[in-house]
Amino acid sequence: MIYRPDFDVHPRLDYDGYKSTALRHPKQPLIALPQSFTEITGPLLGEGRLGDLDHDLTRQHDGEPQGQRIIVHGRVLDSDGRAVPQTLLEIWQANAAGRYQHVIDNWPAPLDPNFTGLGRTLTDNDGRYRFTTIKPGAYPWKNHHNAWRPAHIHFSLFGRAFTQRLVTQMYFPDDPLFPYDPIFNSVPDEKARQRMVSRFDLASTQPDWALAFEFDIVLRGSDATPFEAEVDDE
Amino acid sequence: MTTTPSQTVGPYLAIGLNWDDGPFVAPEGTAGGFWIRGRLTDGDGNAVPDGLIETWQADPAGRFDHPDDPRGAAAPSVEGFRGFGRSATDRNGEWGVYTLRPGRVPDVDGAPQAPHIDVSVFARGMLHRVVTRIYFSDETDSVLAGVPPERRHTLIATPTDDGYRFDIRLQGDGETAFFAL
Repeated sequence: MIYRPDFDVHPRLDYDGYKSTALRHPKQPLIALPQSFTEITGPLLGEGRLGDLDHDLTRQHDGEPQGQRIIVHGRVLDSDGRAVPQTLLEIWQANAAGRYQHVIDNWPAPLDPNFTGLGRTLTDNDGRYRFTTIKPGAYPWKNHHNAWRPAHIHFSLFGRAFTQRLVTQMYFPDDPLFPYDPIFNSVPDEKARQRMVSRFDLASTQPDWALAFEFDIVLRGSDATPFEAEVDDE
Repeated sequence: MTTTPSQTVGPYLAIGLNWDDGPFVAPEGTAGGFWIRGRLTDGDGNAVPDGLIETWQADPAGRFDHPDDPRGAAAPSVEGFRGFGRSATDRNGEWGVYTLRPGRVPDVDGAPQAPHIDVSVFARGMLHRVVTRIYFSDETDSVLAGVPPERRHTLIATPTDDGYRFDIRLQGDGETAFFAL
């Protein structure tokens, strides 16, 4: 089996708008790596990596975090629309004020003693996942004068192969900061950029409790015989 | 369907991706176990203190506990072997994983490859991971043969007191050879 390349979808490693790329991208050409068994396999990490409340970022402390409670859910699929079952998702995010629980984040927005901002879960057999969290705030950064990151949640996925590994960011619909954010705009193709924007999902909101956003994540597909049944809702 | 684009892990990756047992590809104290340690540096030769190194490799028998290996999934030949390692860089750019020497894995034409470990590098300032390989000697294989001879040394770990050293230079003098996967 071979995982089909998707180079055109991803940002270039040297992207002028994002200054920190300047000294952190290779200048020599990348060398083709044929996909041998090391590349078509990968870590299949399971329940042993999860704590009981890892999927609910609002219940990891004695009290509730400040902010708008939201459900973030969706499916992990490959580019042929096949579900990626039992795969580990890891997320991390800022709190409602846009501050990370991290020693180097010290901009003057409040920390929240009831929010760490770390979540983990596995997809089910249909590739579905679900987190409860709070909506992260936007925050300033030093890339250029008056730079602000649109609100986002970081997502890390393994898929089932080293080749499918993906780290991305989920954004929220209609964010007014999109036109000014070089990280969002580093993705050259408009359609691909929209893949990173979640969809407000009224049907999944919980009345009197939480709003909901749907975010499907698409990993590289392969030419393999389907391991799981095809899905037809695309 | 269009795949989801990559984005940087950003400066706060440690919140989401630090595991206490991350560096342990095999349990500490396993017979034959050793450390691979290295330093991640940028185009000015400065440490990258907000990076993450991940490794993936065959077990000492050259097998994977994975159903997509056409030879079949093989339970690890060593108790507790995970095959996967993860280490954030520290303020000096240093990282380390504790592992075992992998066995030989066939290449796409069925010829044996030299023992190798696949590596992903993530960091603030990197919009996509870069991929490289750790080798343990100058024994060549079909992948190394595709690397310009003057750059092959960047993929070969050097022996140390407790294992090997594998520095990763993202750019500039001695830039590590990276692969398109």
